[in-house]
Amino acid sequence: MNVQQIDLSRRRVLQSGALTIAFLWCAGGRTARGAINARRQPGDAAAAAADGNPPFAPNAFVRIDADGAIRLVMPNVEMGQGIYTGACMLLAEELDVGLDQIRVEHAPPNDALYALPLLGGQITGGSLSTRSQWQVLREAGAVARTLLVAAAAERWAVDPSTCSVERGVVAHAGSGRSLAFAALVKSAGARPMPDKVVLKDVSSFTLIGKPTLRIDAPDKVRGATQFGIDVRVPGMKVATVLACPTFGGKLAAVDGKHARSLPGVIDVIRIDNAVAVVGEHFWAAKQGLEALDVQWDPGANADLTTAGLLEALAASSRSGTPIVGREVGKRPAGGKPLEAVYVSPMLAHATMEPLNTTVWVTSDKCEIWVGTQVPTRCVSVAAKITGLPAEKIIVHNQYLGGGRIRRPSTGRAR
Amino acid sequence: MLTLSVNGEERTVDVPANMPLLWVLRDVIALTGTKFGCGIAQCGACTVHLDGQPVRSCVLPVGAIGSKAVTTIEAVGGTASGRRIQQAWLDVDVVQCGYCQSGQIMAAAALLARSPNPSDEDIDAALAGNICRCGTYVRIRAAIKRAAASP
Repeated sequence: MNVQQIDLSRRRVLQSGALTIAFLWCAGGRTARGAINARRQPGDAAAAAADGNPPFAPNAFVRIDADGAIRLVMPNVEMGQGIYTGACMLLAEELDVGLDQIRVEHAPPNDALYALPLLGGQITGGSLSTRSQWQVLREAGAVARTLLVAAAAERWAVDPSTCSVERGVVAHAGSGRSLAFAALVKSAGARPMPDKVVLKDVSSFTLIGKPTLRIDAPDKVRGATQFGIDVRVPGMKVATVLACPTFGGKLAAVDGKHARSLPGVIDVIRIDNAVAVVGEHFWAAKQGLEALDVQWDPGANADLTTAGLLEALAASSRSGTPIVGREVGKRPAGGKPLEAVYVSPMLAHATMEPLNTTVWVTSDKCEIWVGTQVPTRCVSVAAKITGLPAEKIIVHNQYLGGGRIRRPSTGRAR
Repeated sequence: MLTLSVNGEERTVDVPANMPLLWVLRDVIALTGTKFGCGIAQCGACTVHLDGQPVRSCVLPVGAIGSKAVTTIEAVGGTASGRRIQQAWLDVDVVQCGYCQSGQIMAAAALLARSPNPSDEDIDAALAGNICRCGTYVRIRAAIKRAAASP
């Protein structure tokens, strides 16, 4: 069988520094992160505790609990593109488990562990997730499988290559013995990382390349999926924002007296270029927002309109010096020029799920619930706003109701 | 105080009568399966059933509901048409991001309940107000037809 052997010994060097890893990945090296153990990274005791201290966590992606439950920590976020299913397929293929046996978890922010190789940061975008994780997640599965098989083979005193795995059960055909992952996680978790793992040949794939139903569909069909906007924290308040209608404009003045008198309205907060109303629930906040008397300072773009932009573009396109244009080759003689004008208005990257963030700031930590394509950027923004060190910023990523390069917002919920 | 029948349970809520049902569901009784998309009845994400009829909960004041039965995505699987629609949604693998799908399913289940064998035109007309930015419309139509043909 034509198989791909991955030499892991060299890669352990990478565990010494996050920056090195990021650099090597950006340089396009064929190194992979399947061998990196999250707990060997700085600050990992807390990460392991947050994980529920699974007995088997051979790398940043795979967790197997004492009861055999398999978890995949998702480096990318799910916003409809199907990456949770695709990533599970990569892992399940090499781990030899069923897709139905994997539970998915959103990864915490950690560029060292979860950076998308082709983008150099923990970012989901650019249609790069599968291409980037193709090798990483397969190798993560292969490492886990190798350790579990080795644990079983040692117990039975047989050659690991005579063992097989199917649906999370290691079997030895020669003696008819078998053990489920649950019985092996403790000893497998104590084993040293393998020097080499063998990845399956494309021809022996049973999952990859086969039509598969999405793993996130059943919850979504029942309304049970928790999107960012569905997060409920005890005692939380809801704020909604009215932003200056012109780019670059500022809030000049706001009279919030009437808004504050409405039932359920808690506060009116001035922001540089917007105003927010805090309420007991969204309805109160929205009522409050509508009751505000706001004056804007529109700034330099006061006269900028969609119509004006389109006129400027049309004028430019007829001036002989188009903004974008290219003519390749010679015009054929006797041809009839075809002229057409295509107009597209300026559109917001509006998602079905309105942008939202839930934030809980206390004196010593800041906890954030948000569906974001850039979780580590959320950490740096929150650290800057709160003045807390980055390790005190906890981000719980969520399912996204659409992506389209939505940005992390930093609204205040409490 | 208002008493509502939500998914077969009596719920007493202390909210103003002009508060839209959507916010009572999401923020007061914590049924978050019904989604907030636009708040002005333009996207359909907030669709629920009132005595089996699809309504936009974001513009429906709770005070106007009276004794009518509210059914949400969390319980629509308990109705014959809802169960078939949800199963067809899985069989056809309709969803992508999923945010609009609660509303799509509620609209589709109401359609199937009143029209056992809907045509493309019936489907387009019934679901015209339900926006999907992922563009799952083709599979939605296929799933409704599959549900119509299923026992």
